[in-house]
Amino acid sequence: MKAPLKWLKDYVEIDIPYRELAYKLTLAGLEVSDIKVIGDSWDNVVVGKITAVDPHPNAERLRLATVDLGQKQMTVVCGAPNLVVGDKIAFASVGATLMDGHTGKLTELKPAKIRGVASEGMVCSEKELGISDNHEGILVLPADLEIGKSLADYLADIIFDIDITPNRADCLSIMGIAREVAAITGKEFRMPDLSYKESARDIGSYAAVEIKAPDLCPRYCASIINGIKIGPSPRWMQDRLMTCGMRPINNIVDITNYVMLEFGQPLHAFDYKEIKGKKIIVRRAAEGEVMYTLDGAERKLSSDNLMIADADRAVAVAGIMGGLSSEVTPGTAVILLESANFNQAVIHKGSLNLKLSSEASTRFEKGLNPELALVALKRATQLMAELGGGAVARGLIDVYPGKSAKHPVPVSSKDVARLLGMDIQLPDIRKYLGSLGLKCSLDDKTGRILVDIPWWRNDIGCTADLVEEVARVVGYDNIPTTMLSSNLPGGEGASMVPFRQEVRDMLVACGFQEVITYPLTNLDTLKRLSPDLNLTGPQPLAIANPMSRDLELLRTSLRFGVLTVLARNQRNRESNIRLFEIGKIFIPRHKDLPVEQEMLCGLIDSVVPDTYWAAKSGTADFYSAKGVVETLLSRQGLQATFESSDDGALSPGKGADIKVNGEKLGVVGEVHPRVRANFDIQDPVFLFEIDLDKLKALSGKQQFIYQAASKFPSTGRDIALLIDEQVTYDRIAGVISSFPLVVDVKLFDLYSGEQIPAGKKSLAFRITYQAPDHTLTDEEVETIQKKIIEKLATEFDAGLRS
Amino acid sequence: MLSQVDEVASSAHADLQKVTGLDELEAWRVRYLGRKSKLISILRSLAALPVDERRDIGARANQVKNQLEASLAQKKEELDSSVNLSLTRESIDISLPGQPYHLGRLHPTTKTTREICDIFISMGFQIAEGPEVEWEYYNFEALNMPAEHPARDGFATLWVDYKTETGARPMLMRTHTSPVQIRTMEQVKPPIRVIAPGRVYRYEATDATHEWMFSQVEGLAVDKNITMADLKGTLFEFARRLFGTDRKCRFRCDYFPFVEPGVEIAIDCFMCGGKGCRLCGNSGWIEILGAGMVHPEVLRGCGIDPEVYSGFAFGMGVERIPILRFGIDDIRHFYSNDLRFLRQF
Ligand SMILES: [Zn+2]
Repeated sequence: MKAPLKWLKDYVEIDIPYRELAYKLTLAGLEVSDIKVIGDSWDNVVVGKITAVDPHPNAERLRLATVDLGQKQMTVVCGAPNLVVGDKIAFASVGATLMDGHTGKLTELKPAKIRGVASEGMVCSEKELGISDNHEGILVLPADLEIGKSLADYLADIIFDIDITPNRADCLSIMGIAREVAAITGKEFRMPDLSYKESARDIGSYAAVEIKAPDLCPRYCASIINGIKIGPSPRWMQDRLMTCGMRPINNIVDITNYVMLEFGQPLHAFDYKEIKGKKIIVRRAAEGEVMYTLDGAERKLSSDNLMIADADRAVAVAGIMGGLSSEVTPGTAVILLESANFNQAVIHKGSLNLKLSSEASTRFEKGLNPELALVALKRATQLMAELGGGAVARGLIDVYPGKSAKHPVPVSSKDVARLLGMDIQLPDIRKYLGSLGLKCSLDDKTGRILVDIPWWRNDIGCTADLVEEVARVVGYDNIPTTMLSSNLPGGEGASMVPFRQEVRDMLVACGFQEVITYPLTNLDTLKRLSPDLNLTGPQPLAIANPMSRDLELLRTSLRFGVLTVLARNQRNRESNIRLFEIGKIFIPRHKDLPVEQEMLCGLIDSVVPDTYWAAKSGTADFYSAKGVVETLLSRQGLQATFESSDDGALSPGKGADIKVNGEKLGVVGEVHPRVRANFDIQDPVFLFEIDLDKLKALSGKQQFIYQAASKFPSTGRDIALLIDEQVTYDRIAGVISSFPLVVDVKLFDLYSGEQIPAGKKSLAFRITYQAPDHTLTDEEVETIQKKIIEKLATEFDAGLRS
Repeated sequence: MLSQVDEVASSAHADLQKVTGLDELEAWRVRYLGRKSKLISILRSLAALPVDERRDIGARANQVKNQLEASLAQKKEELDSSVNLSLTRESIDISLPGQPYHLGRLHPTTKTTREICDIFISMGFQIAEGPEVEWEYYNFEALNMPAEHPARDGFATLWVDYKTETGARPMLMRTHTSPVQIRTMEQVKPPIRVIAPGRVYRYEATDATHEWMFSQVEGLAVDKNITMADLKGTLFEFARRLFGTDRKCRFRCDYFPFVEPGVEIAIDCFMCGGKGCRLCGNSGWIEILGAGMVHPEVLRGCGIDPEVYSGFAFGMGVERIPILRFGIDDIRHFYSNDLRFLRQF
């Protein structure tokens, strides 16, 4: 909402610097987001009068304007189309600071020769003066201005651009803002006089109003002004409208707009002769009803729209836009002026349906008070009589089915102290509320103040609202600052948070970059997770109003996210990529919110950390990913088994289900080459995916007990086994670990190929022996080692490799 | 006895010539100057000798001892410098790069969320979480925003394609973390002090300053006697810890349907110090938080008597903080996951 200070001063005295006022308004909830100072650079701009316009000797499109400045005459070169002898204009002499009409930058005016003719000044456009963006022609000033006087004396102003919160529709008006200014600066608010003369003929003989949808139209007021002469509105009114971003049209339309800006109430002027049957009917639109609105568009309406109709047809979409048929035209002589109150929801819905939003509809949508309708009607009627030369019919139409009693709202010092932490005595509370125009009376029974809420304040309904009003007048910056002294909460908070934090930190320590991807995707992307482009997993939930075709479904997997990120970064010539995401997947449920399952998904490309001059490079593989999983689980005190997986996204034979105590936690493996190709990834990549909810549940079950380290030395023995290729590592290691005094088994070499018979492999283990209660003798160790070798021989036909 | 002293001296000097290492030197010292050496035992036996003999032999033995000690020191110095010399010959190029240890990084959103939460945890808050797909009731109604409430226009919503028997469409992607307030108050009795970090979603075209997915941290404290002064103290303290103790805070009235009175908290711009610049939109202030006293209707709706209890709630955007701190020019960098961006945090 634009609020010119000069206009505000019509209703309230302003004697503090404008920056201070802006700051106070901002603290009080009316955020001044921009301040435009008009005329602060007009030192050399004065009022002049054009006395002659001559052609330029060398240029067809330029002319020479002679301007009378009182003391002297000046001739300047000018390209504007609207140079008229006798007009008063704004004249800038050399040295003035003006806005460049083309670049929009402030520049100092210098003497110039334009196509061979010297020009010692300029006739200014609105844009050059910084008043508006209009650069079509020069600014023509009112004829009554005195020649030679500074332009700033007439036109300088300061305009606040104020962001109005949705609860304060009353401040979408100059009056509303003026009331706030009065309260926060301790000045008195002055309501303009609303009186006017009425003629003899009663309004009842002109028209009647019937409200068929009283739930949607709590009040409908109207006046009739007869004998109007349509013409331009006065310059001061046009200036104020333009300053506030509205285009002047004619005196009648301008008055409705002016009063809307002044009071916040949208009004509509009908050409009375187009209202058939002397009747205004407020009703819902019939389904499929059609009408032409003021902008010339054909509108198809539905029963969501509220209409203003006459005896025959619709004449306006209530609260949104008038109809073309009853528009005020140069030939209009009698005006039916509407000032009504419409239900905010019906205007909101109607405006959405028609994709049509207007200054009027945005105000109705925020909720206006029905009381405002009559006040604003009186003001507009007064102005029409004054500026349109009309006679006002006696009386007003006022149909008010939605009149409701307003209940006073109580507030006490205790309420203020309880919410603000400030001790303010009752008389002060009364003073503060009174400055906002709220009427207070003391309730002897309760000791509280009862506050009558004035009609312009729709937003105050409970004690807390009044406490906010007190705070606003006191100033939010004067509220004290204390630390919480209340009790600490019981309970322990969401335990998933620290768990997730620990998992993230471990992955980061393992060299993984965390990524965060969108939870929405589309069917194609989900299908690309299978080698045959089939949707695996549950049917995902869909978005009813997706923003794009790529963001239609709630993800049921994190896999596509990390694959997409990896591919994208590979295109940026990144390698040695290790990344992970922790996020939710959404599994639909019957008639309920989806299950939000927390997953971890990680990805490793096949390049190991960059070659380092003192070490060899290599490639990452299945075991690089498996190692991360093992590290993660062992930190939780869990030992997993890895079983061959039938997960379709993984390469057959190179994927494993991760199981703990028989329960599957996730998978690890090489991504299937076809899936990889679906995401434009060239080389093998290795993925791990873990259900974090399950992992957390399992890790929570682990009871950790400290174990003392043995005081006696351990001893190590190596064995190299020649064994059938089919026998897996875990079976051999399992057998070795099952022997007493074996505390650790490590595979340190795996070999097959030359020197090894076909179908066999060689595994070399280091076995560590240790006893808790004595130092082991060589004999003891040899005995066990021998038993191990025997057992391996009988179980797997393993032989020793010499 | 005098001759014995001379013998010791000559054989010691001869042996010292043959010493080539520090170990040998130590052995030589023990042999000739140790507690059990000949020379020392001669010196110890002096007391038993007649006076004139004692003087001559004593003087000579002490002289030899001093000589040997001097030779020992000199020899040690020689050996030390030759060891250093040979070590120097084996010196390495200390300018070669060190072995790289590959450390990953947290996403900047995760890092900032933790930073925010840690400050509140230190003030006695606990972490709460809620679902990202929510019921309209928790996202709007229970927060004092019934259907058609004008404030809903500020929350362009992604609706889930789910209809009830009556044709209503009550499931949505939460537009803010505030539903966690309601879920918390429904489940826990005061005293309550929670913060709820999480992701939120809006139906929004993306550009340099808009992203349809972003992160918030919500906060809620409910008990007897919690006031706006407590809110101010708590959040000013938070702002100072996050942005530095020399920051100034501005506390102004603002409107959110689920609080009353409502406030907005801003800090003075750390780029221009409050004079006005591009970062702060020429206002000198940077808004960081929306907050207020929990609306009595919201408390009542959760079964908490607003005549007995009061509380405050606040919410803030997470990405905004690194954007301001590090001068990030485009919010879309956060979730496009370009490693060249992510690696910088
Ligand atoms: Zn700044």
